[in-house]
Amino acid sequence: MMACAPLEILMTITDNGFSATRRLILQGVAAVALVGPGNLGFGLAPAFAAANDKYPEDAFKAKGDADAIKALYGKAAEPSDKVKLDAPEIAENGAVVPISVSTTLADVTSISFLVSENPNALAASYRIPAGTMPSVANRLKMAKTSNVIAIVEAGGKLYSATKEVKVTVGGCGG
Amino acid sequence: MASTIRVRATASGETTEVQALIQHPMDSGFVKDAKGEIIPPHFIRELTFEYDGKSVFVADWGAAVSKDPYVKFSFKGGKKGEDLKISWVDNQGQSDTTTAKIQ
Repeated sequence: MMACAPLEILMTITDNGFSATRRLILQGVAAVALVGPGNLGFGLAPAFAAANDKYPEDAFKAKGDADAIKALYGKAAEPSDKVKLDAPEIAENGAVVPISVSTTLADVTSISFLVSENPNALAASYRIPAGTMPSVANRLKMAKTSNVIAIVEAGGKLYSATKEVKVTVGGCGG
Repeated sequence: MASTIRVRATASGETTEVQALIQHPMDSGFVKDAKGEIIPPHFIRELTFEYDGKSVFVADWGAAVSKDPYVKFSFKGGKKGEDLKISWVDNQGQSDTTTAKIQ
C-alpha cells in the first residue's frame, strides 16, 4: 500500500535556525505510544462552533459541505463574485492541491475552505483579525474530483465561491 | 534538527507578507499502512501567528490540509527586524513554537 508521495517543496524558505532539537524524532515516538483504542473517546467532548476563538471541532467532523458550513457558522452562504477562488482546473496530485482565496469585501473576519467530496468537507478555516488582509493561500488534499468552496465571512454575512477541480490521482485516502 | 516551522516574513510598504512551511505528517486517518492497518489521524489543529503580542492570523485545520502544510497571508504593519511568533498544536497534543525576524 503506498503512502502519500513525498511532497516536493515548491518554494525555498530560509531556515530561521532556531531550536536545534531532536524534537521531530521524539514526537514520532510519542505519537506511536499515544495512539491506542483508549484515545477514541477523545473527540467526543462537546464543541461549540459559534465562537470565533475556538477550534470548531464539530464543523471539521461534519460530512457534507452544507452541514459543515452550518456547524461552523450557523447559517448558509450566498455566492458572490467578490470572492476570488484560485484553484487549478485539473490537479494531477490530489495530495497537494494549491488553492487560494482573496476578496474585495470589507470587514472580513474569517475565510474557510471546503472540499465537497472529501470524507469531511471542511478542510481549513482561517481567522482574520482586523488589520490582516483577506487573502489566504494554502495546499489541500482532495480525495477525488470535487467542488472546492471558499467561504468569506464579512460584516457578519457569508459569501462563497465554488470551483470544480478535477483530480487525476486521488490524494491519500481516496 | 531544526524547528518544524520555517517562516519567511517580508515587510514591504505598509504590509508584511508571511509564508510558512511546517513539517508535519498531517495523517488524515483514512489511509492504511503497509500492513493494512489504519494510520491514525495526526494533524495540526491550530496554527497561530502573533506580532506585537496580538494574533494576526489563526488557522484552524482539519485532516485535509496537505502533508508538510504551507500557508501564505499578509497583515498591515510589521517592521523589519521585529519578531513574529508562530506556534502550532496538533490533535495528539504535540506542539512547536518558533520566532522569526521580519525581513
